[in-house]
Amino acid sequence: MKALVWHGKEDIRCDTVTDPEIQDPRDAIIKVTSCAICGSDLHLFHNFIPGMLPGDIMGHETMGEVVEVGSGVDGKIKKGDRVVVPFTIICGECEQCKRGNFSVCETTNRKRHLADKVFGHTTAGLFGYTHLTGGYPGGQAEYLRVPYADATHIKVPAGIPDEQLLFLSDIFPTGWQAAVQCDIEPTDRVAIWGCGPVGQMAIRSAILLGANQVIAIDCLPERLSMAEAGGATTINFETESVVERLNELTDGKGPEKCIDCAGMEAHVMASQPDTLLDRAKQMVMLENDRPHVLREMIYVCRPGGIISVAGVYSGLSDMLPMGAFMNKGLTMRTGQTHVNRWTDDLLRRIEQGEIDPSFVITHTVPLEQGPEMYQVFRDKRDSCIKVVLKP
Amino acid sequence: MFHFSNIVRTKSDPKIIEGGPSLKRPADQLARALGWFSIGLGVVELLAPRRVTETLGMEGNETMVRAFGIREIMAGIMSLSVDKNAGLWARVGGDGLDAAALLSGLTGDNPKKGNIALALLMVGGIAMLDYRAAQDTKPRRPARDARRKLFPNRSGYPKGLEGARGAARQIAANAAKSPSLNPT
Ligand SMILES: NC(=O)c1ccc[n+]([C@@H]2O[C@H](COP(=O)([O-])OP(=O)(O)OC[C@H]3O[C@@H](n4cnc5c(N)ncnc54)[C@H](O)[C@@H]3O)[C@@H](O)[C@H]2O)c1
Ligand SMILES: [Zn+2]
Ligand SMILES: [Zn+2]
Repeated sequence: MKALVWHGKEDIRCDTVTDPEIQDPRDAIIKVTSCAICGSDLHLFHNFIPGMLPGDIMGHETMGEVVEVGSGVDGKIKKGDRVVVPFTIICGECEQCKRGNFSVCETTNRKRHLADKVFGHTTAGLFGYTHLTGGYPGGQAEYLRVPYADATHIKVPAGIPDEQLLFLSDIFPTGWQAAVQCDIEPTDRVAIWGCGPVGQMAIRSAILLGANQVIAIDCLPERLSMAEAGGATTINFETESVVERLNELTDGKGPEKCIDCAGMEAHVMASQPDTLLDRAKQMVMLENDRPHVLREMIYVCRPGGIISVAGVYSGLSDMLPMGAFMNKGLTMRTGQTHVNRWTDDLLRRIEQGEIDPSFVITHTVPLEQGPEMYQVFRDKRDSCIKVVLKP
Repeated sequence: MFHFSNIVRTKSDPKIIEGGPSLKRPADQLARALGWFSIGLGVVELLAPRRVTETLGMEGNETMVRAFGIREIMAGIMSLSVDKNAGLWARVGGDGLDAAALLSGLTGDNPKKGNIALALLMVGGIAMLDYRAAQDTKPRRPARDARRKLFPNRSGYPKGLEGARGAARQIAANAAKSPSLNPT
């Protein structure tokens, strides 16, 4: 089959690889009908998250049709089912899964000795996302083996196009969880850093959860215009001071809730000198992340407020203003998304026409053009916001 | 067909049968080579500055050579990173500094001026490669003033923004009527 394969920094190719096979009774094989490129894939493209090896298949936003199941799936999923595959692989049985903390499932990381060392404790196995999280082949391919398939799936009905359902795999529940973690109250003003696909979903989620005002921050006109369409007031961080504008919009008090949808690769620019220093330190391996957004959120958040982090951080971050964080009594909530905790509710909202996540798609191309689209998405060429690939 | 990367595959995970084309351009390879060259030269300058000054008949300038070594190493690391373009431009600038320093040693009484002339020639050649690579690896981000598509109609709410806000208000009102667990 064809698959997008990681060969090194900025080198993803569309290779021909052997088809996946059932390895375990709880496996299923999916024939992929649609898959997408995520902002997290860009961190891997840049080799900023350690643990990728040449030959790894990319992709963790995938849906399709079940074509084969193992003997142990126990009727919970069968040939012909139409499923969206959550990016977190879950067993459904461990203590964490039972609590709904799916992204920290204790069972599914098959290389847990690595994660135990690096993170202190293992987290869930993830598709197409480094050997720290299991080194499972990803779904930017014609076929995907889904381990623990009896639990790791979201059944979706016929009659709704792929484009509306695909993002149940990751970015829609990710934006949603980011907003839910804020305990939004009707008077809240919610500031959201980053208007990429995850930020766009977080904006809509905050509106649907009843925020008084949503303020979205980015520097790309096309993304800001889409944020505005979703109901946000916008700030362009290249031409305006984020802290000043946020204080202006909140009577000098700062937003009650802050969401990070930008992550470890904050924009590097001279007017934010901390980003230059972070970039220099990253190059000589003195720091993993560029946590500019975290610093800004802690500084501008209203005392007693909540900071919700959806953006991915990989390792060590320097110079976080812990004094402000502690004295202002802030709460920080983080995490890879517990996808299946939210998807029943979100699928219902799609079916009832509350939201149609396909609004975010700007490019739909054949899988073979994937390598090119990584560059287009990374360089923000052609007003690219979200790429869907069709095997 | 043998592919090196298949060695690390877990048994029965997909393996590469036939590799597809890479989008790496020749300029990317050149940038890589220059990056490693920069680091190599930098290490020599940093650790054996005396060798360098003796060869050039410029004894007494060891501190400068060391500083240049650090510069070379930094530019090299940058040229190997995703910001290679910045690294290559830093190298072009560095080539200018190198040339200036060499010219300052090209005095009539320097017995090693032959070596300096040779070094100048080398710096010139490398500078041309640096400049070529920098030109060819320009980031392909659109210019700040480039025309962009805007998406003012992509609300994502089939029932419109007001519909979404209204539904949220309704839910909040209903929740307020029922007893809440949240202390207020
Ligand atoms: N928690 C999860 O489970 C989860 C799931 C999916 C993605 N993510 C992460 O979410 C983040 C965003 O993903 P995406 O797909 O939207 O990626 P993206 O790269 O398209 O979006 C990031 C956006 O942040 C903006 N940005 C950069 N610096 C900024 C700054 N200083 N202030 C404000 N905005 C800034 C960029 O301009 C860009 O538009 C990534 O880090 C991704 O890894 C997390
Ligand atoms: Zn993702
Ligand atoms: Zn589990």
